[in-house]
Amino acid sequence: MIVRSIVKPSEYHDSVSLMLVARELAGLEGVHDAAVVMATDANKSILAGAGLLTTDIQAAGPNDLVLAVSAVDEPKAVRALGKAQELLKWKASPESAGESRPKSIRSAVSLYPGANLAVISVAGRYAADEAWEALRHGLHVLLFSDNVSLPDEIALKKYGREHGLLLMGPGAGTAILNGVALGFANVLPSGPVGIVSAAGTGLQEVSTLLARAGVGLSQGLGTGGRDLKKEVGGIMMLLALQALQADPATQVLVLISKPPANEVAQAVLTQASASAKPTVVCFLGGELGALEMAPNVIPARTLQECSLLAARAVHPEIGDIQAILKAEKDRLEQHAIVLKEKLQPQQRYLRGLFSGGTLCYEAQVIWKDMQISPVYSNAALQGGLALPDSTKSYGHTAVDLGEEEFTVGRPHPMIDNDLRIRRLLQEARDPETAVILLDVVLGYAAHPDPAVELGPAIRQARSLAYSDGRRLPVVASVTGTDRDPQGLRQTVSALGAAGASICDSNAAAARLAGMIVSA
Amino acid sequence: MSKVNDIFGKDLTVINAGLTSMAKSVSDQGVKVIDLDWCPPKEGVPHLRQTKDGLDIDAANQEVIGRIKRGQAVLAGMGIAREVIPGMHSHMLLHAGPPITWDRMCGPQRGAVMGALIYEGLAGDEPEAARLAASGGIEFSPCHHHHAVGPMAGVVSASMPVFILENKAFGNRAYCTQNEGLGKVLRYGGMGAEVTARLKWMETDLYPALDRALQSLPNGIDIKSLIAQALHMGDECHNRNRAATSLFLRAIGPALARTNRDNEQLARVIEFIDRNDHFFLNLSMPTGKALLEPAEGVPGSSILTVMARNGTDFGIRLGCMPDRWFTAPAGKVQGLYFPQFSEKDANPDIGDSTITETAGYGGMAMAAAPAIVQFVGGSPQRATNTTLEMYEITAGEHEQFTIPALNFRGTPLGIDVRRVMETGILPQINTGIAHKDPGIGMVGAGILRAPEQCFKDAFDALKDL
Repeated sequence: MIVRSIVKPSEYHDSVSLMLVARELAGLEGVHDAAVVMATDANKSILAGAGLLTTDIQAAGPNDLVLAVSAVDEPKAVRALGKAQELLKWKASPESAGESRPKSIRSAVSLYPGANLAVISVAGRYAADEAWEALRHGLHVLLFSDNVSLPDEIALKKYGREHGLLLMGPGAGTAILNGVALGFANVLPSGPVGIVSAAGTGLQEVSTLLARAGVGLSQGLGTGGRDLKKEVGGIMMLLALQALQADPATQVLVLISKPPANEVAQAVLTQASASAKPTVVCFLGGELGALEMAPNVIPARTLQECSLLAARAVHPEIGDIQAILKAEKDRLEQHAIVLKEKLQPQQRYLRGLFSGGTLCYEAQVIWKDMQISPVYSNAALQGGLALPDSTKSYGHTAVDLGEEEFTVGRPHPMIDNDLRIRRLLQEARDPETAVILLDVVLGYAAHPDPAVELGPAIRQARSLAYSDGRRLPVVASVTGTDRDPQGLRQTVSALGAAGASICDSNAAAARLAGMIVSA
Repeated sequence: MSKVNDIFGKDLTVINAGLTSMAKSVSDQGVKVIDLDWCPPKEGVPHLRQTKDGLDIDAANQEVIGRIKRGQAVLAGMGIAREVIPGMHSHMLLHAGPPITWDRMCGPQRGAVMGALIYEGLAGDEPEAARLAASGGIEFSPCHHHHAVGPMAGVVSASMPVFILENKAFGNRAYCTQNEGLGKVLRYGGMGAEVTARLKWMETDLYPALDRALQSLPNGIDIKSLIAQALHMGDECHNRNRAATSLFLRAIGPALARTNRDNEQLARVIEFIDRNDHFFLNLSMPTGKALLEPAEGVPGSSILTVMARNGTDFGIRLGCMPDRWFTAPAGKVQGLYFPQFSEKDANPDIGDSTITETAGYGGMAMAAAPAIVQFVGGSPQRATNTTLEMYEITAGEHEQFTIPALNFRGTPLGIDVRRVMETGILPQINTGIAHKDPGIGMVGAGILRAPEQCFKDAFDALKDL
């Protein structure tokens, strides 16, 4: 086998185009593996793991595009690299010669004066400029891009507040505006619940659980993960909250965030109390003490609880949610007993491989409550333990594969299953792995059919372990609805057929995994 | 209620910058999405919003755009250069482009200078004219320093009749000679008896006839309006002036007839104009100049008020620094050549006619003149795409100048040096091609892009402002 690479300095392509090229290369005859990525440190370590890290690539920088292939012989490798360059050129050319698309927000606005929203997903260092362009032209903004500086975020949001414009982000992966799914979002019924979330998958999990309970959404607004930090002061959370309080279509409010700075929490709760509308607040992993004091505020510990409480605020007949949770817990216990029996003594650790950051966080909150510790994570709870090397699990591990370290210059794991599948097999080979937990997120912008790739991978992981004399439980939850393009039911049954234990929510899946490693 | 609530319940129209998959998932839901053909800004080009002194550049540019749009260019009359052009004297020759000395002048520029000295009677023949030009006895000055513009070599001498364009909204005036026609003509560096004879006829016959006619029209002729009409008739009023020339003849026709007793002379005047599709160019250009001058001197503006070439250098000036030239070597024109000539014979890009692009027509309005792209074997679609691309580097759009093929959208107006640097898109220029040697004349026509270096230098100067 032979590895060949090309470095193209300062060449830009969007990560989805790169992924498409890599996929076509990997399908070529005589090619084992191929990567077309930006040479960030994270990607280099992934390339190293795949045996594709050449000295040329080692020397390349984060603005350089690298093409690497491993193939059976030199001619095949060279041919593949040639093909890659051809494909890149083709991808870079406009879709049709007969159509000229605007190149800038400014010229698009002059061409379509009715434009009212910009969705920005360009590389982080260009994102703030584009967001400014959008705001100055009076557009609301969904800023999907990460890597925007804190001062830029603050300045943009202050401008947005002054001009009554939403600046959702940076790093806002999800929003549902007027029923339109933006970014990673699901097909939901419309209804009385309005959500403001600093966490994209948190918004997806709660909104889909509500949909499954028959409760629809008025608006689902994202703020970006840093909005409730002290420096930003929750500018967007407060702006969006006020708007939903005044919105006649919204009767119940839901706020989702990691624990905010104290003064920000206070400001948000004060604003929440200013309206008579019931407001379910999920400061995931935070202390609930302060929340119970605020009138109209209903505190929730997890995303699952959050969805149940919001559903009950709409339909009081749902009754005591603690009873619902207790019944679920009992069912999970029964299931855990069965799965646990067949484990080898050295299979002690749970391994959560997440594509959704908030789902990773929720799982850790649940394990903390179950007193499963220590849990190592690259996205640890406050006071939690950091994973020394994100590419390797250690003890109980919860890894968020959607963290920036994995996504700079490569597609998000909700779009591209490749990284997660590699990691899944890596965990399966580890004799200490007791259970693998996966979140599978459906909806727009996500992979068109994740079960088609994850199903066989789960099978392969389980048979890898089996051939080594181990049974390997894989527990998964699917965030989605039946109206999502991928279909909830099909996904659940495909993953179930592959041998995974599917739970109704990420919280339930985390609980089941936790029970498997509990004494 | 917060203004945010205004968006609730409205139909969304989404502009997508970045991943095409994001655009697709939104358009899959039946929502209108404009998926930008987005490219990262060029490396090392900061996004300038303010000058160092804190002036808002966009606001300054809007002021400039407003002034250009408000301008009203009217052909108010004619006169002799010496008498009407400020600063003109008998030993002065105006020329196209940024300042240049005799020793650096290209062939056609030298040819035009020698031809003009012979025409003025300051020299008897070419060698004598060349000696005089080199002696320092002649003052060379850019047309642009005298509110004037000249096509190609752009040479204006003291005795030449000029059109006077008046911007009625601001009261400023701009000047340009009468167009000689194509082929072996002074502005392309042509010299010799026929060139001189034609210039003399234009001075003694053509000018008085036009002048008399114009004097009978107290309101002059609204040239801005003729340009607006010609843009709907296949002209872009730089490299194609066929419709505009006809419109002009129609506008001045009755006055010409009323003020000329000699029918044969009148017929020759009409024939001369009719046989020269570019007659209107020398009205289109000073119109641009008259519209742009009020925009000079707006502090903080990054919009070009001048773009001009002398066949050696390409020069630009910015609204915020109206007296400073930024230059780069003039570029090579890509085009079609008259029989027996080829690229080998071509002089680099020359002339003040890029005032038309600067003022928001010419190459900017390519989509209005699909016939132009035949110069480079292009398609009408290419013409449309060229104009669409120009919107990326301009700060505004004309109201009066519109393009039928673009659903009557205003032409791209006000080249913003920042946008040029950020996008790497250089202004489109449509132009004629002069022979590189003096004395020969026009050899073809074509298109090209402005050179990048002068934009880079202007942008750097803007950053330091």
